[in-house]
Order: sequence, then structure tokens, then C-alpha cells
Amino acid sequence: MMSVAAARALTGGQRVFVGIGLPSTAANLARRTHAEDLVLIYESGTLGSKPTRLPASIGDGILADTADAVISVPEVFNYWLQPGRIDVGFLGAAQLDKFGNINTTVIGADYADPKVRLPGAGGAPEIAANCHEVYVVVRQSKRSFVEQVDFITSFGHGRGKGEREKLGLPGAGPTLVITDLGVMRPDPETAELVLTQIHDGVTVEQVKEATGWDLKVAPELETTPPPTEAELTALRELKAAK
Amino acid sequence: MAEISSLRDAVAQLVHDGDTVALEGFTHLIPHAAGQEIIRQRRRDLTLVRMTPDIVYDQLIGAGCAKKLIFSWGGNPGVGSLHRFRDAVQNSWPAPLEIEEHSHAGMANRYVAGASGLPFAVLRGYRGTDLPKHTDTIKTITCPFTGEELAAVPAINPDVSIIHAQRADRAGNVQMWGLVGVQKEAVLAAKRSLVTVEEIVDELTPVPGQVILPTWAVTAVAEVPNGAHPSYAAGYSERDNEYYAYWDSIGRERDSFQRWLDEKVFGVEVAQ
Repeated sequence: MMSVAAARALTGGQRVFVGIGLPSTAANLARRTHAEDLVLIYESGTLGSKPTRLPASIGDGILADTADAVISVPEVFNYWLQPGRIDVGFLGAAQLDKFGNINTTVIGADYADPKVRLPGAGGAPEIAANCHEVYVVVRQSKRSFVEQVDFITSFGHGRGKGEREKLGLPGAGPTLVITDLGVMRPDPETAELVLTQIHDGVTVEQVKEATGWDLKVAPELETTPPPTEAELTALRELKAAK
Repeated sequence: MAEISSLRDAVAQLVHDGDTVALEGFTHLIPHAAGQEIIRQRRRDLTLVRMTPDIVYDQLIGAGCAKKLIFSWGGNPGVGSLHRFRDAVQNSWPAPLEIEEHSHAGMANRYVAGASGLPFAVLRGYRGTDLPKHTDTIKTITCPFTGEELAAVPAINPDVSIIHAQRADRAGNVQMWGLVGVQKEAVLAAKRSLVTVEEIVDELTPVPGQVILPTWAVTAVAEVPNGAHPSYAAGYSERDNEYYAYWDSIGRERDSFQRWLDEKVFGVEVAQ
């Protein structure tokens, strides 16, 4: 359901900076259903990849073999991402907080002596800063959805509305968070994430139970329509393709 | 002029204890065989540099070759964590590992500055993140033209950079193509360089999108067929995705890692 909901968020013709894992599955599913002309950009240096199967990593050869152009990594970041040529950054997270800040660096308050050492920043800080919008796709639990992240790897909305502007960040930041339970969007006044949509068969209590802060719920809560037969078929084919 | 050498001799001559060493490769063309030769020659106190330290850096760290890691993303791509890296950071095993942590954009620009002969690079990066609080090599600088505050990162100039490429000719000109990551910049930024190649040929056939490193820009070239395994070399080999998953079971425990090291690295003779 999460992959399907995330895929639906993308529209045709958008230029999308794609991370591996869930974002990549969603972007490829979108390309195979309603958004055939989606432009997939991977930080390994591929512009316009059209893979015939799910890539095993961001540097999978199939991304280069099917791309419009293959470029160096400095070029990806300096020429394409930094000047704002990319519409949507599609990111995952180990920890996400109520203002959409992302942590993929360390769990625990002490950076020098962490409870858990995570992979680190990769391309995410600049993706979160420079893409016009950021969609975050992440499995929801009390452990991953926290009041405040232990480490800001990628800046969301800081501690509230207006902080991005103060820092001079060009993009709008996280405008959409898609989980296995529902969808959250930042409140237009406060930038705090609010539950705006729950997936078919999920209850609000379930979502609140899986959130580490007192989650606000939109007055007009929508329900994600169940996956269509076409979406499920495309997803199955994508996962089965070798 | 690049010297055509064996892997063993090239590593013996170019990589010294205490050096700053970059083995670059972005999923594609990762110089695994060269990394394992560094372990075999028991180098110590290395400062390892790489944007995406993955399995071969897990091996170097677990084998005790490194005192410091400069990086931007450390993981087993498509699988999960690097357990030897984690053990070094969280438990100082087998030795404490100092880390200097950047973003990809920051690292890429550090190599560009190094290759350009400049002291630092400028980017619109890191804003709002906690990275500058912990990384001394991220500072701010004011643009003299617009007054905008930007991030400055110092050049990386490794003592030696090592990459893997598809082909070289007998004069030592190197040809590579496909995902070329930051490899050209890493070689041009370094004081010394080693390129391991799939094959040495009489004449290089032109390939679309190729990158040529002329022989005079490289210190040594060694023929190491399949030297990128489990990574891949476009046109020569496929990525061994199963090996990445398999590594998780080897790297997870100190004992299984040590057995692997004794058998697959120290127990193997390489050609002179």
C-alpha cells in the first residue's frame, strides 16, 4: 500500500531525484502506471533512467544502460541538483520528527558515542534543500516517528514555519510523508506534520499509536483508495522482473 | 608515465603506513582486489577516504588498517549496515576509528577542489543540518559578489588514490566508461595513483562516453581481471548482488570475519 500511495503522489513529466529502496520502488511503479514520462535521476550519475526491473542499488548497471545521460557525481550535485533543476526529492529516513526533519546519521544524543551508527548523509542534505519539494516515504513506528530527531541529517522545517526561509533554503522541503499507515502533510500555519489521509483498513488510533508525538489529525480525513488491479499487477511484475 | 606493474608491487610501492588513501568507485568499478592487497600487506594507520565506503572498507576497517575514515555514506548498498564499521565506531574494535563526516555534495566538491589545485570548494550545502557541528572541515564563507553565506570545504589531496577501470594500453593510458562516479577527480587530486584494469590491450577501442586518463596522469597500472568483484565493470562483468547479502553474514560477527580474513585474504597468494 505504501509503494502504491507513494507512486500516486508522482505525476508525469516531473523530474525526480530517487533514493534506493522504497522511493525507487515507488518511482518505478509510477513510471509503469500513470506517469510514463517521469524522469528518474539517481545520484550515481544517471539522468532519465528507465529500468526494466528494480535496481538492486543506486549504482546498478541497468540505471546507466537505460538512461538518457550518464554523468559524473560532481556534475549530478553541482549542475543538476544545486541550481534547482529537480522537482521532487524522494527520500527515506531512519528517524523523522514532527517537523519533517530527517536523521540517517546516529541514534542517541551523543554523536561521538552513538547508540546506533547509521549510514550517514549521502546525497540527502542537499536533496532536501534544493529540490522544489521533498516526499518522504518511511515505515511508521514509535521508534522512527519521534518528537525531535537525535541528529538533523536533512533539514525539513526545523522547529516550525519560516525556518527554511530564514536559512535561505530554496526548496519547499517535505510537503508529503507517506507511510505504511497513511499520509501526513505539514500544517500551512505551523509546518507541523498532520495526518491527512489513512490507508484503507487502517484506523486513526493505529496511526497515533505508531507516532512518538501527539499527532494532529486533519478535520477532513481522507481514506486512500485501495490499490487498483492495474497497480497491483504492475507492482507484482516490477518485483518479479529479474 | 604510468608504470605497468603487478598489484602486489604497486601496492608495496605506493601505499605506506600512515598514508591518506582513497579507493573510489560508485557501486561500479570498486577496486576490491586492491583493497584486499592493502590488508594482505598489513598496512596500518591509514586515513581512508571514500564517498560511499562499503564492503571493501568494512574489510579494511575490520582488519585494523584504518585510524580514520572520511566519508559521506557508509553502508552495504541494497542490504543494510556495515557491521565492522559499526563495531569500530561503537566499540573501538579492532581499533578506534576517527570519523570525518560529510554529505555526497561536500565530498564530491572536495575532490573537485583537489583535482583543480584549489585549496577549497564552495557549495550551497549543509544548511540547517547538524553536520557542521561535528565536522571541522565544513566552514562558512561569504560570497564577495552577492554577500550570500555558503559552505566551504577543503580540498582532498590523498597520498594515493586507487580506482578500477575497464582497460589500459601498454603505454598505461586508461579507459573507463559507464558510471564513473568521482574516480577521475580522485586520481587527479592525488599525489600518487594506481589504476587496476580488467585487461591491458595493444590498442584502446574508442567507446561512447569514455573517460581517458592519459598515462602521464597516472602513477601505476596493474592488470587485475575481475578486480572489482563483487562490484562490476560495465562491458566485462555483472554486479554480484548475492555477495552483498552474503557479506552481511560474514561481517556481522568478529569470529566469522576473522575466519574470512584468514582464508580469503591472508590465505591467497597474488601474482607478483
